[in-house]
Amino acid sequence: MAIKRRDFLKLTGLTLVGTAASAAVGDLLTRGEVKAQEYATPPEALKGKRWAMVIDVKKCKEGQKKGCGKKCIEVCHYLHNVPSIPDKKKEIKWIWEDEFEHAFPEQTDEYLEEIFKDVPFMLLCNQCDNPPCVRVCPTKATFKREDGIVMMDFHRCIGCRFCMAACPYGSRSFNWFDPRKYLKKVNPEYPTRTKGVVEKCLFCYERLAQGKLPACVEACPEKALIFGDLADENSEVSKILKERVALRRKAELGTGPAVFYLID
Amino acid sequence: MIEKALKGSKKYWLWVLFLLSIIFIGFLCYLYQFKVGLGITGMSRDVSWGFYIANFTFLVGVAAGAVMIVLPYYWHNYKEYGKITVLGEFLAVAAVTMCLLFVVVDLGKIMRVFNVLRFPTPNSVMFYDVIVLNGYLLLNLICGWTVLHSEYKGTKYPSWLKPIIYLAIVWAPSIHIVTAFLYQGLPGRHFWLTAVMAPRFLASAFSAGPALVLVAALLLKKVANFDPGKKAIDSLAKTVAYAFIINVLLFIFELFTAFYSGIHSHQAPIKYLFVGLEGHAEWVPFMWIATILAIVGILLLVIPSTRKNETTLVLACIAVFISCWIDKGIGLITGGYTPTPFETITPYRPTLPEIGITLGVWAVGFLIMTILYKIVLEVKSSKELVVKYEGVLYKK
Ligand code: SF4
Ligand code: SF4
Repeated sequence: MAIKRRDFLKLTGLTLVGTAASAAVGDLLTRGEVKAQEYATPPEALKGKRWAMVIDVKKCKEGQKKGCGKKCIEVCHYLHNVPSIPDKKKEIKWIWEDEFEHAFPEQTDEYLEEIFKDVPFMLLCNQCDNPPCVRVCPTKATFKREDGIVMMDFHRCIGCRFCMAACPYGSRSFNWFDPRKYLKKVNPEYPTRTKGVVEKCLFCYERLAQGKLPACVEACPEKALIFGDLADENSEVSKILKERVALRRKAELGTGPAVFYLID
Repeated sequence: MIEKALKGSKKYWLWVLFLLSIIFIGFLCYLYQFKVGLGITGMSRDVSWGFYIANFTFLVGVAAGAVMIVLPYYWHNYKEYGKITVLGEFLAVAAVTMCLLFVVVDLGKIMRVFNVLRFPTPNSVMFYDVIVLNGYLLLNLICGWTVLHSEYKGTKYPSWLKPIIYLAIVWAPSIHIVTAFLYQGLPGRHFWLTAVMAPRFLASAFSAGPALVLVAALLLKKVANFDPGKKAIDSLAKTVAYAFIINVLLFIFELFTAFYSGIHSHQAPIKYLFVGLEGHAEWVPFMWIATILAIVGILLLVIPSTRKNETTLVLACIAVFISCWIDKGIGLITGGYTPTPFETITPYRPTLPEIGITLGVWAVGFLIMTILYKIVLEVKSSKELVVKYEGVLYKK
């Protein structure tokens, strides 16, 4: 851990020196804005222009029947130090299961309800194309990356919860208490949060940078979660969406969700 | 001039002490919240704004409402408001201070509050709200204080103040329009997503603000021998009446749209608030109290004899004030979050510490109002003394 931290500090130092040097000239032109390119992604990183996820709900149901134990939730919440808080009202969740009528309340009718009666819908942040949460955040603590991921800076968030009012999907959780008390095991590779900040699924940006798929996608034994780049015609997600019927939650709001639910 | 607030009767000091003790209790509650986190409130993952933001929204209205006195006086040279104009301005000061405090106690990370200025984000409505609220506070403080100081010195206010006064007048609606924009531009919150939100905010502001000034002025008349002037009171009462009727009408328009269109998602929050939904009826009694108060308030205000009678007028104003507070405070917030994005219902009820903090902030506001009003009264009465000593002939 100690070495890692030193390496990290060195890296930060180098980046700072680099930025300072380029800033001397660049500042005049860019007025101090940091250009995204200046952050060099490691060579092994997965690169995409529009990351998206496709969820095959039927496969998910099968997996659960076979006893997968909802590995996706378990692994995600462990890896990202998401606390398990018993009080439903104050809980924090990045990915969770709900029923069709809650995931798609405006599409529900008795027939669909019957069809999807025992079908699990895994919900998570939709990494919207046009994210209202980003629009309202007064500090840019939540922002959209060039690859479409809607990011959170836990160290900048002031906890105003405007983003929670703006998100039409209930994807965001707030740390009503100190979350560390509710962690059974801490994953030292990922930061824990403090009380008073908002958090949500970040599409495993940290794993993408290491060339790995999101944790939930990797964890699912049934391969019910498929991850890929929508901007790439030949990616698995693009191909599937061309062939099969998928729904997006509340697409009529113009948010442009990047999580699709295969329902055929 | 400030020294005027330091001398007062026993009653004055008792009142100040009373406010200070409530502030103290609120402060203790806040320390508890600061230590443990916002989890000590009744807010939840689904209802993530509560009592604090409700009071904030309502008080922005009270602050903006002061303009209904300032505007006729300066713009239309309506002399009758001469005595109460400064009351309006100082009410705005107290109300905006409360607003800012309510936002601050609602933050999860108060130490980072200046991130809003360090990383200015023009796409966020909150950014503009911070600007307009602080600006309004400053403008009213400058205008009220300078005018009063000139009166104290026995001169007319300096001419450089005129443009600032006009700026404060046009600034006033902006604070409430921007605050309405916090809500009305959010997708998926059906109760808030309506263009009528901003006008409704203004109408309720222009009734609740003057209503409070009216009550305060008549109270001062009783306890401090301050005469606001009969005509001023009557005009102000009419302002409250018109604005409040428009407010209620706008709400009825909302009802029409929701229920004639038959769109379920638009009806759900209204049903939840007024008749209960899926077995949840937490706020139904409050909404009906607001409705009854609104009816009583309107009746007392439109019937000339009750409007002209000071006792019934005060009752009417209190009814209007509380009705607006329930409707635009707590009703607006819980209605916005109910049903949740999953079409479920998570009830919200404020907790005791949450109420303690809320009362503490209100007490701060009343303390500011008390001190400022005390200065006003002292200055005005000292002026009267001079008149009495200089000439043998004087009015009243
Ligand atoms: S789902 Fe919600 S939190 Fe996620 S990007 Fe969209 S609006 Fe933001
Ligand atoms: S709670 Fe944090 S992330 Fe959300 S809007 Fe406020 S500052 Fe931004």
